[in-house]
Amino acid sequence: MDEQRIDRRTFLQRGGKAAGFAAVAVAGGFLIREKERHPFLVSEDKPLVRDLGIPGVDKKLVSVRGEDPTRMVAAALDAFGGIGTFVAAGDFVVVKPNVGWDRRPEQAANTNPDVVAEVVRQCVAAGASRVLVTDVTCNDASRCFNRSGVAAAARDAGAEVQLAEEARFREINIGGAMLGRQLVYDAYLDADKFINIPIAKHHSLTQATLGMKNLYGILGGNRSRLHQDIHNSLADLANFLRPTLVIMDAYRILLRNGPQGGSLADVEDRKTLLACTDPVAMDAYAGEIFFGLTREDMKWVELAESRGLGTADYATLQFEERSV
Amino acid sequence: MAAPEKRFLYLRNARRISQAVFLLLFVYLLLQTNIDALDRVDSLPRISAPVDLFLELDPLVAISTALSTHTLYRNLILAVIVVVGTLFLGRFFCGWVCPMGTINHVLASLKSARMKGRRRMEQNSWKPYQRWKYGILAAMLGAALFGSTQVGLLDPIALLTRSLGLVVFPGYNTLTHDIHAWSLHSNLGYFDFLLTPISWLTHAVLIRAKTVVFDQTFLILLIFGGILVANRFITRFWCRGLCPLGALLGVMAKTSILGLEKRSSLCTDCNLCALHCQGGDNPKPGDTWHQTECHLCMNCVASCREAGIAFRFFPETQETTQAVNLTRRAVLGSAGAGLLAIPVLRAATNPDRPGDPSLVRPPGSLHEREFLSRCIRCGECMNVCPNNALHPTLLQAGSEGIWSPMLMPRIGYCEPTCVLCSQVCPTGAIDEITEQEKAWVPQAGQEHTAGPPIRIGTAFYDTGRCLPYAMGKECIVCEEWCPTTPKSIYFEETEVQTRDGEYLYLKRPRVDPELCVGCGACTYACPIKGSPAIYVTAVGETRNPRNRILLKEKDRMTS
Repeated sequence: MDEQRIDRRTFLQRGGKAAGFAAVAVAGGFLIREKERHPFLVSEDKPLVRDLGIPGVDKKLVSVRGEDPTRMVAAALDAFGGIGTFVAAGDFVVVKPNVGWDRRPEQAANTNPDVVAEVVRQCVAAGASRVLVTDVTCNDASRCFNRSGVAAAARDAGAEVQLAEEARFREINIGGAMLGRQLVYDAYLDADKFINIPIAKHHSLTQATLGMKNLYGILGGNRSRLHQDIHNSLADLANFLRPTLVIMDAYRILLRNGPQGGSLADVEDRKTLLACTDPVAMDAYAGEIFFGLTREDMKWVELAESRGLGTADYATLQFEERSV
Repeated sequence: MAAPEKRFLYLRNARRISQAVFLLLFVYLLLQTNIDALDRVDSLPRISAPVDLFLELDPLVAISTALSTHTLYRNLILAVIVVVGTLFLGRFFCGWVCPMGTINHVLASLKSARMKGRRRMEQNSWKPYQRWKYGILAAMLGAALFGSTQVGLLDPIALLTRSLGLVVFPGYNTLTHDIHAWSLHSNLGYFDFLLTPISWLTHAVLIRAKTVVFDQTFLILLIFGGILVANRFITRFWCRGLCPLGALLGVMAKTSILGLEKRSSLCTDCNLCALHCQGGDNPKPGDTWHQTECHLCMNCVASCREAGIAFRFFPETQETTQAVNLTRRAVLGSAGAGLLAIPVLRAATNPDRPGDPSLVRPPGSLHEREFLSRCIRCGECMNVCPNNALHPTLLQAGSEGIWSPMLMPRIGYCEPTCVLCSQVCPTGAIDEITEQEKAWVPQAGQEHTAGPPIRIGTAFYDTGRCLPYAMGKECIVCEEWCPTTPKSIYFEETEVQTRDGEYLYLKRPRVDPELCVGCGACTYACPIKGSPAIYVTAVGETRNPRNRILLKEKDRMTS
């Protein structure tokens, strides 16, 4: 019978081990027990606004005509007193061209690579610590960035080119009239400065894809739903992300079969570049001079103006024309 | 004693190096079958690495497609290297080159402790199940005679390409993506400094910038997993018992001039050679050596301490058999079964008759009958597709066409200026085409496309689901995405009465079947969750002039 009795040491060791694990299990269960309702049912995070504009910069609309996109960008920035007005040493600058489609530069579906390159070069020269060129493309990112010439041009100019990575989207409440929680590419949440460089082109629903429409490319997820109320959606995006500067590429514009195009017959040379710090005035002006759109046609412009994001009455801005 | 024979000890190490090199080469080439692997994507992206090398060296692919098509497609001629080598040397491919064999070899050598001694020796001696593979080979060649290539289902190179490319690598890629995402969004407090190196590392080891999914891959994984696990019970069970390529090479090895010479006088019956045999071919003096089963792994001569056996050219062959131990009746029976299976299957799904309307083949695909005579289901087209648009079928192409490629536009659409699938197809099931021939969008310097496009299908609306038709909302995302010039999707402006009695003007999209090429970009972009409001069927595909609706289409087949 003696063999069946355990000694005190064994009793304490084995009993203690069991009790220890039991305590961890009970404590752990209570610790992670969900007491609140599941967060997706009661989400109340504050809407975020990223205003990267620079207060005190001249309200100015600059239009440059010329043969060389590189020199046109330099001239446009010069009209504002140089890139130093916008970019300070050590800034993290995000430069966002429109690289939505697997098209070559002459098809005018993507921002001119020379324009992208010069903007990057200027930012680097201004001492930016990091210049990132990125876009959430429609077609395969690798094809869009490479065939548009944007990847090579931006890289050669000293930018970091990032093909949108799935892992980098964050779900953000952008607090719009139509758009609530959206998947936003993380660069726009971390950037110090944001330079929007769209291309002016045709679109069947809005009649033109201009500066605010280019902000589509900050979103991931199911963004094709935005078409259901595109004007409010564009105003929502413009409210969330307010640019440091908008530079509109209209060296070549796409007049039909937008926003992808394809045929050179749909492309027209306008050899123009616009720059403005007011995104509303920019779209109002570009829509009118390139596509003959009135303010009634461009509801998104009116909506953006009514939310205080700028003025649709571009004539109140100081207008400067240059040619190089 | 016996110094000359000792040289062969080095052959085992040479074999190990050879296996490692070819396995790494195989994996490297598979990773290159991917547009993300290219440094630059020029205006006309091309995969420059010889990504099909192993499939092209594979004599089973060559012989089977030659039987079914009566021609040898381009680089399949490389298979003569292996054929000639095997006729002189035996199954060197199985032991020294085949990546599937190498994986089995490694896994078999990890066997559990209970597979030792007598039990292991017994298991490594010749068994009747080793004849099964000859039956499988005969059945597959029989099917090929009837014009149906079934060989890819079990050909080890096609099987491994498919299993790694469609299941294992995508799984690995998803894992690295998940870790990468975690490293970007985590908050580890004091340990945050660890996250940046982790995200760099995971980003560096990603196979693809995107996570990819492949439909219907559970069966592929199940079979591959089964082959790997079988090694736990029987050394290289796949290679010995089932592999049709091994069977083919075994038949060719009958003429081999390299063979095992046994010297019974030197043998001490230690059984080490039998213990380490990979092929199950009885290398021990006193047993009959099965030449057709030997993988030339050199384990037997390396383990022999007495020089009792040696590989020699023109050996004394008293204890050797070249027989595969299969009766003529069994061989003919298997071949006949394979031959007859095809017409029986075709009684259910006939390639001459359009079957499942959702079966949209990649651009450049041949007519279904010719397609099935060539496709070996290697999955290279699916692997290389930049948009993850191509997926293995289950039964959409009939049971005869399992794992052949089909477009699933809800997951990815066919990129208008891409022809990579046609470039990597090793057997020409997808004929090699150029962007110019595909002609979906104008090429550099052209205002219009060069000629009629190669269509893969046509899009149709489900107006019961489409927003402007069914829900009184603006949309036309499909029109935005339509890549042809002019766009195949147009719209009419219609006045619509809402539930509250108000009137709206909406743009309602329509498809112009004369222009639609069937790329599926509309389906991909359609915001209607669940089934899309616009879907693509194979109707109008260039490869089948009978699969038409319109009386006249501007088309390369009718013009």
